[in-house]
Amino acid sequence: MFWTYFFILIAVFVLATFYGRSRSLQVVNGQLSALHSRPGYHGGFLAIVTVVPALIALIVWVIVAPNIMNNIVSSQSADFMSGLSKPAVEAFLRDARALAFGGIVGFVDAGKEHAAEIYKSLNTTSNILMGVIMALLVAGGFFYGVRTIQPQMRARHFVERSVMALLILCSAVAIFTTIGIVLSLIFESLRFFQQVPILDFVFGTHWSPQSAFIGAGAEATGTNSEVFGAIPLLVGTMLITFIAILVAAPVGLLSAIYLSDYAAQPVRAVAKPMLEILAGIPTVVYGFFAALAVAPFIRGWGESFGLTVSSESALAAGVVMGIMIIPFVSSLSDDVINAVPQSLRDGSAGLGATKSETIRRVVLPAALPGIVSALILAISRAIGETMIVVMAAGLAANMTINPLEAVTTVTVQIVTLLVGDQEFDSAKTLAAFALGLLLFCITLALNVFALRVVKKYREQYD
Amino acid sequence: MEMTAGNVQQADLNGALPVTEDGVPIKMRANQVTVHYGEKQALFGVDLNVRKSNVTALIGPSGCGKSTFLRCLNRMNDTIDICRVGGEIVLDNEDIYDPKIDVVELRARVGMVFQKPNPFPKSIFENVAYGPRIHGLAQSKSDLEEIVATSLQKAGLFEEVKDRLDEPGTGLSGGQQQRLCIARAIAVSPEVILMDEPCSALDPIATAKVEELIDELRENYTIVIVTHSMQQAARVSQRTAFFHLGYLVEEGKTNDIFTNPKDQRTQDYITGRFG
Ligand SMILES: Nc1ncnc2c1ncn2[C@@H]1O[C@H](COP(=O)(O)OP(=O)(O)OP(=O)(O)O)[C@@H](O)[C@H]1O
Ligand SMILES: [Mg+2]
Repeated sequence: MFWTYFFILIAVFVLATFYGRSRSLQVVNGQLSALHSRPGYHGGFLAIVTVVPALIALIVWVIVAPNIMNNIVSSQSADFMSGLSKPAVEAFLRDARALAFGGIVGFVDAGKEHAAEIYKSLNTTSNILMGVIMALLVAGGFFYGVRTIQPQMRARHFVERSVMALLILCSAVAIFTTIGIVLSLIFESLRFFQQVPILDFVFGTHWSPQSAFIGAGAEATGTNSEVFGAIPLLVGTMLITFIAILVAAPVGLLSAIYLSDYAAQPVRAVAKPMLEILAGIPTVVYGFFAALAVAPFIRGWGESFGLTVSSESALAAGVVMGIMIIPFVSSLSDDVINAVPQSLRDGSAGLGATKSETIRRVVLPAALPGIVSALILAISRAIGETMIVVMAAGLAANMTINPLEAVTTVTVQIVTLLVGDQEFDSAKTLAAFALGLLLFCITLALNVFALRVVKKYREQYD
Repeated sequence: MEMTAGNVQQADLNGALPVTEDGVPIKMRANQVTVHYGEKQALFGVDLNVRKSNVTALIGPSGCGKSTFLRCLNRMNDTIDICRVGGEIVLDNEDIYDPKIDVVELRARVGMVFQKPNPFPKSIFENVAYGPRIHGLAQSKSDLEEIVATSLQKAGLFEEVKDRLDEPGTGLSGGQQQRLCIARAIAVSPEVILMDEPCSALDPIATAKVEELIDELRENYTIVIVTHSMQQAARVSQRTAFFHLGYLVEEGKTNDIFTNPKDQRTQDYITGRFG
């Protein structure tokens, strides 16, 4: 029923737009100049006052009606439900609803059939009621709107304000979602820190949450806080990120220099989008590229030198991740290098500097803050990356800086903590939130730092 | 050192420099210079003698090719892909468009100051030291300091900045920045200095200082300056060349051009009838 009403409202919206437009012209006998606002705004005004109140009512109805119905049904079939536990009551109502509106029913008994009858009749009443309310709102809004359309009416202001309200609503949704996510991270982490002291977590050097429980069977209640040390994960993350930057910084930067200062226009027109396509490859594709092509290659290559290389190595994951972030580095650096004024290049060339001297001594130093921030953004991207490391770096929380060994990262551990059957409030699951919070703090700090560098850079040329 | 070698060579050539009818040596000579930007021709057969130790002013309405011609004199046009230069430009008897010529060396001998002050985002010291460093003109740190100090002195900026040489050049006032750019050009000991509307971004007082400076520099350097201000041309230059629609219309003593122009177009321009 919701969708029926919804589409009716949309149709009304369109019709009201047209009617409001012609009505405004009618009011001034086709003399456009006599209108304060153009006819289109009058159309928008009429459509908004006609439809929006009904739309709000409809949304409220969709949200609250099922609850009200459940309450009524529960109270009217209290005889059948006495003595049922809470989940059983829910199952009862679920089955009754399924009987009434179609769906999969567990088993049928008299009580449920009774409840289903009530549901059916309630639903019909509610639909009719809603239809009437909406019709009233639409009619009221419409007549109010039509009466209000006068030459001097400030329809444009009304429409502009409505548009602004819509924009505010959308940005509020985005902002509150973000705040909500961060808050839930914080609260779940706090629960975790009640079980595991925060210092043990941040400075502990041993990570094996699989062995977190003291005791066995029914007695497995205590939590061993010693096994939640995040340091090995941080070390693994840093190691892989470091390798990635080692790959991405030179390649990305040098290609940015080539693109901005050396490449002829046609080359640039082709090469830049090509590089940016790299950024569009799904990371899971990079992941199996790393796991199936790069890791075995590195192992074979290492073994030919007599080195022991584990089949999942930090090196493989880091190199592939470096390839993944090349486009970030090159495209952002290309932008900042291009932003260095041509007049500085001319000034340098006018003194007899060659192109490469100009780039090394004038352009790069001037662009350096921007380049640094490009690198930092790329780093925070690399730190948050999951798929490649899941597939290529392994799960073992080794605390090592040997790139040929398997390591694990914060993101990988979050995945393994949450995949599979978990009890939601065990320390093991809550640890994922703490790790998420840690990761969030690190990337947030990096981003803030990068933004400040960028800001400083912007002030340099007016 | 490479520069002393250059100076000796220059001295040798000096003796052989061609002279004008009134006996002034000709430092640079443009011979039937044409410039195309892509399909569009910007200069048509320009002949011009740049006299040694003189200030030559290039004047003319906007878009007539003054900057284009100036940029030909140290091959700055090379940096524009679509630009093609024809004809011959001679510096001390050498054709500067000869493939044998090294542009880097040419631009060290023919320096340039731009319309908008464009100090590098480095310290004042580093700005001036930039040229000497890339050309290896200084043997030691004290050599370099010496060069920087004399260049700043010649540009009349030393007194104002001597206590803050390590502050950024971009923090100076517009007029100071332009004099810094002149000091930067002087630091590589050029023989010719090209200036493209060096005062157009400056206030009257800063302009007066730069004009005074140009007059002093004339003693040691040959200067070519583009200007939109007739008064400025009259004040600083000895020779004036009037360009119009890509043609060099008239060249002569500044005094003659302003008081007694031969061509009607020059007459119209300096009396303000177009431009
Ligand atoms: N980079 C370029 N690409 C294409 N055309 C150019 C370029 N630079 C100059 N031109 C053209 O060449 C002609 C001469 O330009 P130029 O800059 O030499 O004029 P100008 O006399 O210096 O003018 P102004 O006094 O405004 O600086 C103009 O028609 C201009 O459009
Ligand atoms: Mg110009």
